[in-house]
Amino acid sequence: MKTAANEVKALHGGSVSAPFDVARVRRDFPILGRSVHGKSLVYLDNAATSQKPQCVIDCEARYYAEYNANIHRGVHRLSQEATDAYEAARDTVQHSLNAAQREEIVFVRGTTEAINLVAASYGQRLLPGDEILITAMEHHSNIVPWQLLCQRSGAMLRVAPINDSGELILEEFERLLGPRTKLVAFSHLSNALGTINPVKNLITRAHIHGAVVLVDGAQAVPHLKVDVQALDCDFYAFSGHKLYGPTGSGVLYGKAALLESMPPYQGGGDMIKQVTFAKTTYNDLPYKFEAGTPNIAGGIALSTAIHYLDTLGLEAIAAHEKDLLAYATWLATKIPGLRVIGNARDKASIFSFVIKGVHPHDVGTILDQEGVAVRTGHHCAMPVMERFGVPATVRASFALYNTRQEVDALFSALAKVREVFS
Amino acid sequence: MSDLRDLYQEVIIDHNRRPHNFGPLPQTTHRAEGFNPLCGDKLTVYLNLADGVIQAANFEGEGCAISTASASLMTDALKGKTVAEAEAMFRSFHALVTGEAQASEASEMMPLGKLEVLAGVQEFPVRVKCATLAWHTLHAALHDQTGPVTTE
Repeated sequence: MKTAANEVKALHGGSVSAPFDVARVRRDFPILGRSVHGKSLVYLDNAATSQKPQCVIDCEARYYAEYNANIHRGVHRLSQEATDAYEAARDTVQHSLNAAQREEIVFVRGTTEAINLVAASYGQRLLPGDEILITAMEHHSNIVPWQLLCQRSGAMLRVAPINDSGELILEEFERLLGPRTKLVAFSHLSNALGTINPVKNLITRAHIHGAVVLVDGAQAVPHLKVDVQALDCDFYAFSGHKLYGPTGSGVLYGKAALLESMPPYQGGGDMIKQVTFAKTTYNDLPYKFEAGTPNIAGGIALSTAIHYLDTLGLEAIAAHEKDLLAYATWLATKIPGLRVIGNARDKASIFSFVIKGVHPHDVGTILDQEGVAVRTGHHCAMPVMERFGVPATVRASFALYNTRQEVDALFSALAKVREVFS
Repeated sequence: MSDLRDLYQEVIIDHNRRPHNFGPLPQTTHRAEGFNPLCGDKLTVYLNLADGVIQAANFEGEGCAISTASASLMTDALKGKTVAEAEAMFRSFHALVTGEAQASEASEMMPLGKLEVLAGVQEFPVRVKCATLAWHTLHAALHDQTGPVTTE
């Protein structure tokens, strides 16, 4: 334990009162013990999906082993237990986001579905000539639903540009806002660049023009504390699987008054009060937006993941990850031909780069042979790649269980790339 | 490292660094564009066909070492081949990089010469699309398909 303590001390300069014990945390994640191509796994693809702690895996298994039943339906004991656990998970999410009411938490499959829900439902009030404003750093899932909405409604999509560091140009964003702007959507933390947007500021500016704001929090929630009331955002979307929870779980937060005024997204069971062939009355919030049997185990296990993060403390996690990013960025300056893509002043967890003369896909294959898992490609953000004049990047993304030794392993593997391509 | 050297042989590294037959052809009778949406690789294949024989083949585009070297070696190999021979080479090449070559009858396989340096791809299934992009594009060019082909 002495080494672990020293490591933590080194990471935090010995100044943190509650040290983040990464060695202990790693033992919570069984997958980190496996090897790949005979090497210890170095998992640096956390922005794609994070690994799951044992407590989350156990929670899913326990649901199926002990109280699997459909929710909001049966009078039998199992159904009550499942309903109670699922609704308690909603409370956990509400408190985590500091939402005013539990009815404002809609369970969905993930960020993509959350955005599509808003585009399909809220989007019905958009008219020809209306405008939707997004930014040039968005993930395809925060572009394409709006393009589809524009095609349906005759609204126009406007895109606020970013600068060479990968930061939103605030003056341009401001300039594109106007009386026609009905919806504004942007990421809290860019998946391709790591840029943290000044969301509070952007929301305030959008609200001055009466626009409704959706924040894509897919990348932000594992790294940043989110308070939807302090931000005053109208919608906030995130996925459970990037937050150490299961795939197929996710959340749309929406202000109650807005959700109340919106038509249903999908029709089916659970979203109705009464159905006759003449007329159907819709259920109350949030069930109006939760048609069909949801991912019950996923929702419950997502709340376990949130509790797990609470016990570690998001601030301590963020400080740990910040150190890893700073360490990687510093090591990168010593590698000739390495260009970091995304140098925002306010940045977290994402280390995206290209190497002169070597395509990212080749880098990815060589890194994989060394046990290092990174994402290579356009990261579902082709416009970002175009903006920086690269076909793709290599992206290492950090999570709470990563270590400086793993960053070293990444750079040792990059030396292999140089060797192969020399 | 041995697996990596099987994939990234010197010939592949060389063709990636200095691809042969790169750029548009002065006289193009057939052309097609190929795109691999997974990694963003894009290339155009240009052919000059006369009397059913490929007089010249070029390509241009942007891609990883495997797709670039594959396109470079392919355009070298196509010169002087008939359309039927080019199609037969595609079948043989596909069998080579997917590892199906061993299972095929030797008599059905067209000799591939230098292209055989890409045999290492069979140990890296996710890279098969990189190696075959140029060939799928060639196929589209020979059949005058409109619209870019993809490896998806």
